[in-house]
Amino acid sequence: MYRLCSILINILLCASVSGGVLEVGQNKAHGTLKRAISQAHTGDTLLVYPGTYREGTIEVDKPLVIIGKDQPVLDGELTYGILRVLSDSVVIRGLTLKDVGISYVDDLAAIRLVKSKHCTIESNRLINAFFGIYLERSTDCIIRNNHVLGYSEHEMNSGNAIHLWYSSRNLIEGNHAEGHRDGIYLEFVDNSTVKNNLVENNLRYGLHFMFSDDDYYQGNTFVSNGAGVAVMFSKNIRMEDNDFLDNWGSSSYGLLLKDITDSEIRNNRFNKNTIGIYAEGALRINITGNDFIRNGWAINMLGSCNDNTVHSNNFLHNTFEVTTNSKRNHNNYDGNYWSDNTGSYDLDRDGVSDVPYRPVKLFSFMIANMESSTILMRSLLVDLINHAEKMAPVITPHNLMDHIPLMKQVEHD
Amino acid sequence: MRKFIKYSFVDLIQSYWTILYFVFFLVVTSTILYFSADMTKSIVSMMNIVLVLIPLVSIVFGAIYYYNSREFTELLLAQPVRRRSLILGQYSGLALSLSISFTAGITIPFILKGIFASEHLPDFLLILLAGIGLSFSMSAIAYATALKHENKILGFGISLFIWFFLAVLYDGLILILLILFKEYPTDSLAIVLTFLNPIDLSRVMIMLGLDIAALMGYTGALFLKFFGSFTGIAISVFSVLCWIAIPSFLMVRIANNKDF
Repeated sequence: MYRLCSILINILLCASVSGGVLEVGQNKAHGTLKRAISQAHTGDTLLVYPGTYREGTIEVDKPLVIIGKDQPVLDGELTYGILRVLSDSVVIRGLTLKDVGISYVDDLAAIRLVKSKHCTIESNRLINAFFGIYLERSTDCIIRNNHVLGYSEHEMNSGNAIHLWYSSRNLIEGNHAEGHRDGIYLEFVDNSTVKNNLVENNLRYGLHFMFSDDDYYQGNTFVSNGAGVAVMFSKNIRMEDNDFLDNWGSSSYGLLLKDITDSEIRNNRFNKNTIGIYAEGALRINITGNDFIRNGWAINMLGSCNDNTVHSNNFLHNTFEVTTNSKRNHNNYDGNYWSDNTGSYDLDRDGVSDVPYRPVKLFSFMIANMESSTILMRSLLVDLINHAEKMAPVITPHNLMDHIPLMKQVEHD
Repeated sequence: MRKFIKYSFVDLIQSYWTILYFVFFLVVTSTILYFSADMTKSIVSMMNIVLVLIPLVSIVFGAIYYYNSREFTELLLAQPVRRRSLILGQYSGLALSLSISFTAGITIPFILKGIFASEHLPDFLLILLAGIGLSFSMSAIAYATALKHENKILGFGISLFIWFFLAVLYDGLILILLILFKEYPTDSLAIVLTFLNPIDLSRVMIMLGLDIAALMGYTGALFLKFFGSFTGIAISVFSVLCWIAIPSFLMVRIANNKDF
């Protein structure tokens, strides 16, 4: 009964706020967006016709629906931030926003939401924006199917494609973010969902969590970023079905975990990253059902990580499978498939190798402790000592092993 | 001297062993290229073979060749020829024939695979250069050692030890040094030490061309920066030339003072 009432009230509310249509364009009723906004009433729709609008910063201070027809262009002339939303329930759809100014004092953005709720930003194209879409203390918003394209070259003077600050319960879905500092940046953002985005060629991170809890990201693709995803100082993050591809370079990661607790990393694919997962200060994380394919290091888990479980993953053709810098191991690596596990046999045919497997090679352990020893990579000596260490581990953590290594690859999609 | 080079070269290039060496590289390279779809991987495998086998074969073959042709050398020395030109001529013929069998052996399969159209051409050329440089320097070492020691077993033993030292022990020493000085920044030390060993130098140079270089982190980046510079290239070429020139010089000195 309560739900029925609330639906009814919603419908009534919608009916009451949906208003007229204001046309904006050169030969239309309103020549500029600013004038249209000042004359519009709550709930009106602004239909923006094709053209280029150079109006500096445009403030949207009432609940309006702004729809672009055939992608009209809002130009920031390399000086201004463009749309500044100060009201709840604003919809911005189908616009092209370009050339936002670069500022070292203000975070100028193509679309900036300030203390707004229930806004929708959809199907816009943002080209050469300093910050693309910027949410400041805004909740319950939807950012969907936008294409944010930047041309950043240096981390220092570039902004993020989609930036959320103190904004919770938002949905970021189906966006394409490229060429910025961070693709998607979340700081103090709780209970939000990041789904099916394509994030590529960003200078720093594809997706960056800072102090954000209880978030969920799924089905995203992170290609060729400085690091695919960085999760820092956060807890309860669920990461599922993402692709981390080609994050390759001398300081690149697929997934960077730093001081993160109680999270799930499930069914992701890590392909050709320098380091698949790099974990520092990670606690109680489940890494399950992932594929690590042809990475430099599949997992680099430092000594500060405790009580993590690595289970049912496929490790295929990585240069190094697992490495750590500590002699002690407080994590569980049981029940994975390791393609480098050549000495395995299964006499009782239970699908599990009869001998345990140690995924840490001596050399990778050495590199983790003393970086300049990389100069010996692929030397004959290194192969020899790796074999010797495998037979009788002295230096590598003796209890870091898979007690039940699988004989066949784990099947999952 | 040119005559001596020609005679040794013709003698060696027709020998059973040189042909075997050529066929070996032909077969191994073809197999590697045939079985791995990925060119980077084939280049890495080739690198491993080149870095281990070429020094070994050059050293063993150099020693064998000297000891086998010893009587003929004595006979020639009875003629009015200079020792310097005879010894250097024989050595050059040897090094040339080794390099040519190696070059032919790996180039033919790579050409058939279409290396000239591939982005890996520089890597391949680097392997080729490294192989040739190693053939020349290692056979020079073997020749000098064999000249020095009349006793075959001792000569062989020392040559093999030099190979073992450069291929394996040297890296061990680097490792020990790096561990000892762990508390200090050792990147430059590692780089300098690498330059002193032709096998290590070749290995690092080939690796930097491949995308495994990213795994080498900070040290790799430092190295790459150094190699990109003119000084880096000049120093590495100089280092390889030293490894050819110094044994050749010793070879001549030993031969001049030797009582045949």
